[in-house]
Amino acid sequence: MDGDAGLAPPAVDAPSGCTRPLGETLLAVAAVTLRFGGVRALSNVGFDVKRGEIRAIIGPNGAGKSSMLNVVNGFYRPQAGRITFKGRTFARMRPHLAARAGIARTFQNIALFKGMSTLDNVMTGRMLKMRSTWLEQMVYAGRARREEIAHRRVCEEIIDFLELQAVRHTPVGKLAYGLQKRVELARALAMEPELLLLDEPMAGMSAEEKADMCRFVVDVNAEFRTTVLLIEHDMGVVMDLCDRVVVLDHGELLADGPPAAVKADPDVVAAYLGVRAD
Amino acid sequence: MLDAVLLTPWSEIAGSPGFFLEVLIGGLLTGVMYALLALGFVLIFKASGVFNFAQGAMVLFAALTFVGLMEKGLAMPLALLATAAVMVGLAVVIERAVLRPLVGQPPIALFMATIGITFFLDGFGLTLWGSEVKRLDIGIPTEPLILGGVFVNGFDVVAAAVCGLLVLVLALFFRYTAIGRALRAVADDPTAAMSVGIPLTTIWVIVWSVAGLVGLVAGIVWGAKLGVQFTLSLIALKALPVLILGGLTSIPGAILGGLIIGAGENVFEVFWIDLHGGASQDWFAYVLATLVLLVRPQGLFGEKIIERV
Repeated sequence: MDGDAGLAPPAVDAPSGCTRPLGETLLAVAAVTLRFGGVRALSNVGFDVKRGEIRAIIGPNGAGKSSMLNVVNGFYRPQAGRITFKGRTFARMRPHLAARAGIARTFQNIALFKGMSTLDNVMTGRMLKMRSTWLEQMVYAGRARREEIAHRRVCEEIIDFLELQAVRHTPVGKLAYGLQKRVELARALAMEPELLLLDEPMAGMSAEEKADMCRFVVDVNAEFRTTVLLIEHDMGVVMDLCDRVVVLDHGELLADGPPAAVKADPDVVAAYLGVRAD
Repeated sequence: MLDAVLLTPWSEIAGSPGFFLEVLIGGLLTGVMYALLALGFVLIFKASGVFNFAQGAMVLFAALTFVGLMEKGLAMPLALLATAAVMVGLAVVIERAVLRPLVGQPPIALFMATIGITFFLDGFGLTLWGSEVKRLDIGIPTEPLILGGVFVNGFDVVAAAVCGLLVLVLALFFRYTAIGRALRAVADDPTAAMSVGIPLTTIWVIVWSVAGLVGLVAGIVWGAKLGVQFTLSLIALKALPVLILGGLTSIPGAILGGLIIGAGENVFEVFWIDLHGGASQDWFAYVLATLVLLVRPQGLFGEKIIERV
């Protein structure tokens, strides 16, 4: 936990608590166990994400939060457990299958195409939606041309939405950290995902950048009805932003519920403060 | 001595511009063929950061298979298609058996693996098709052409045209198609590429297939020129100075590097003969590459790598 847990709530109409009615189940994680050699990163973890909600995973360092996201979009292969997305159960999720099914994500340590411009990075998010053949694309004829223009328009809208117009043509390697995180979000949005996974979207940001990012997450959720599953350390942000919270500790599910209830849970307090409350 | 370096060659060049032009064009045509060899390396390095030591072996293997199938009585177009299929199959096998188990390992491990592939392919190809020198006749005329009063080797012109066309198609393919973009994305950041839905394994198969097909064309062109034999595997070594000159990541760099070396070594061989006494083609390219390394380690067109320490 860093020092600005008491950060003032961002100036937006964030959903408070779990007062919003939740949709049907979009993602269900059941009994997931993940081991690296002898190390148990996750043991028997299960939770669900409802359509339209903003869901958070919190927990101390090494709790298995990032591992959980990596399991959901197929970067890690769990030894046991099932992932059900949109009613379809995946025996083995793989990153490109997750992307195809409508799961987009950002990374804790930014993963961008550093040599490409902001626009080109965002355009890679449209890759799966290209329908023209490579022959058409090579001569830039017919369908390829129309497609390119249509995708470009979508990307420009997203760039406007995330206020990235000024750096549209800058190679992203040259951008400031906070902006890079925003480009990553833009690329994920370009995929028009149904589920957006955000791995510490506000880590290492200034208070102002955090407030901006919070606003974007809320806007995305409200305008595009995108379901969000995010990892965050900043309790203030989590309380303001999220409908429900999953708490992990040492790879185990510690608590699951609305932010206020989770915050009051003695086990959660103990995990964060390092004392047993029994 | 100084005469032989600085004076005589230039006066000879000035004295017979027609002859100089012939030597230069001959060199440039060979250069295009060097570029083709280098291209196979660049493709794989661009897409996976792996220096594929096996490219030369792939050239040899493709040429051996092509000639072997023709000797078995297959018509040339059929043999070409069949060999192309074999090279694609080889790419699938390499991805499955070598690349996939080594995902996430440091590049040096993958490089070592490609050395292993080299030995396997050399041995397997020669065992399968025999080690005697095979003549490859693909019906390109070898008599000299006279273009604008300049003698040029007809075979070299056709070969260079084929290589040039292939290079152009590949450059367009990698710049403008979704697959080309995916490929550059994978090269830039594999994790990010996977997250936007690019299947890594498919991309690898595509890249190795394309490198295999480039190897096939190179094998046919060089095989027709020199005969299909084990030394074809070594001719790929000539691609190394080309790569150093052009940079490992640049397709235009590979082309220009090939042209510079082809033209340079031919002109040097003919006009500076008093200085070195002949057979300078064996070492000229390497000396030139060494000089370039001293001045521009990333090559003339490669990406500058700046590491923070």
